[in-house]
Amino acid sequence: MLEEIGTTEQGDLVINIGPQHPSTHGVLHLVITLNGETIKKVEPHLGYIHRSIEKMCESLTYRQFIYSTSRMDYLSAHINNHGCALAVEQGLGIEIPPRARAIRVLLSELTRLASHQLWWGAMAMDVGAITPFFHAFREREMINDIMEETCGARLTMNYMVPGGVMFDLHPNFVTRTKDFLRFFRSKFNEYDELVTNNIIFQERMKGVGVLSSADAISYGCTGPVARASGVSSDIRKIAPYEGYDQLQFAEAIQSGGDCFARYLVRMQEMRESLAIIDQLIDTIPDGEFQAKTKAVLKLPKGEYYSRVETARGEFGVYIISEGATTPYRMKFRSPGFSNLSALDHMSRGSKIGDLVAIMGSLDLVIPDIDR
Amino acid sequence: MMSHEEIKSLILNYSPEAVCDESGPWLQVSIQSTDWLPLAEALRNHSQLQFDYLFCLTGVDWKTHLSVVYHLTSKVFGHTVVVKVKIDDRINPVVETVSNIWRTAELHEREAYDLFGIRFNSHPDLRRLFLTDEWVGWPLRKDYEDPINMIKL
Repeated sequence: MLEEIGTTEQGDLVINIGPQHPSTHGVLHLVITLNGETIKKVEPHLGYIHRSIEKMCESLTYRQFIYSTSRMDYLSAHINNHGCALAVEQGLGIEIPPRARAIRVLLSELTRLASHQLWWGAMAMDVGAITPFFHAFREREMINDIMEETCGARLTMNYMVPGGVMFDLHPNFVTRTKDFLRFFRSKFNEYDELVTNNIIFQERMKGVGVLSSADAISYGCTGPVARASGVSSDIRKIAPYEGYDQLQFAEAIQSGGDCFARYLVRMQEMRESLAIIDQLIDTIPDGEFQAKTKAVLKLPKGEYYSRVETARGEFGVYIISEGATTPYRMKFRSPGFSNLSALDHMSRGSKIGDLVAIMGSLDLVIPDIDR
Repeated sequence: MMSHEEIKSLILNYSPEAVCDESGPWLQVSIQSTDWLPLAEALRNHSQLQFDYLFCLTGVDWKTHLSVVYHLTSKVFGHTVVVKVKIDDRINPVVETVSNIWRTAELHEREAYDLFGIRFNSHPDLRRLFLTDEWVGWPLRKDYEDPINMIKL
């Protein structure tokens, strides 16, 4: 897009951020129109990591396509798999065993914690603090080790399959998770002391990138971005799945709509995830970890839509089936895509230095946007 | 929250030719592309409907025709509706934009244009989104062939 770069007739400066830039956390390319240091327009250029997963899914069977979804929002791989498994189970009317349900919720919440930890480290680094990144990765490493033992993978797990989960929990799972809970709780107050209560950090975040609740709804924002603007949008609460309605946890909601509100929402979500794991870790039911399913799955002709709450917000799987072994059309509604659409609106009028804080607070994962 | 029946009767006031399907968990409404804009405005603004949140917008190629599917929900009442807009002309598919009603549609419609070639009338900035401007063809159409960039498995 070189030809677009330069000075416009009104004297505004047009510059690139990305696709290779440390603060975009991936191959996001933004073309920014600046008046001095003030942002007039932000235009995302997408597609650098577009793999046409939706088209590929049309020739993959209902067991195969789940693997590609781990590679969309790789920080919420479990939860993406979960959404796909739910859509297929909805189509086939499969009831999964209680043990599988508990395992799914436990691993989903561990994934949410790991994702928020990475975001927390990266967010602090975006606004100039390096140390928190190492703190976050120290704790996140423990979750990755737990995942590795149970699923055999640290990032793209492909663990949740139609009918339940692929393997049973590793015998060490409960002890190691409890160790992690104990360790993370002891460190979580440090997070607040180090970053949340830090006056420099707060100055960078408060009043920056404000999004009103009406705009959050109109732009289709989900997850922590919508909840920071006071919009109740937690799928675990508004359309409970996998027994989330039986668990005690609060939906994290703030009303500020600025970067700091989004920060506080994710911090509270980590606490809620810890509470959910606490409730389940001692009462994982015994029994099968997978329901009996046919080797070849055929969804009856019709349309199926499942919704799950990833670390970034609402992830939707829309399957149109014509009764074959492969979907006729597959659509992934990714949370990052809708959240990104609000970026231009949020950052207009801000200083260019604040754009990095705004992008960090959106917690964008680019493969999730491009698919 | 309104029942399917209540939503259905209100929608039929605005689009008498709409076909409603209540088999799924959500009410599904099928209409022709020419009827879409007045219905969209009614869905958003009617005091009892207030579908203010567009959570999914996508195109579908049915080989004989194209359609655009809108998943709408109301943050005020909590009810959900699925609207399927049918476009008969595959050569030159056009439908009115709703990006002025739901702002999120702007990016979603660009995606549908990029991958299905559906043009959205009055869209503020209708360009390719993921693919390059020089790209030929609409990849998510069923008759799309590309011998160089293999996308069939």
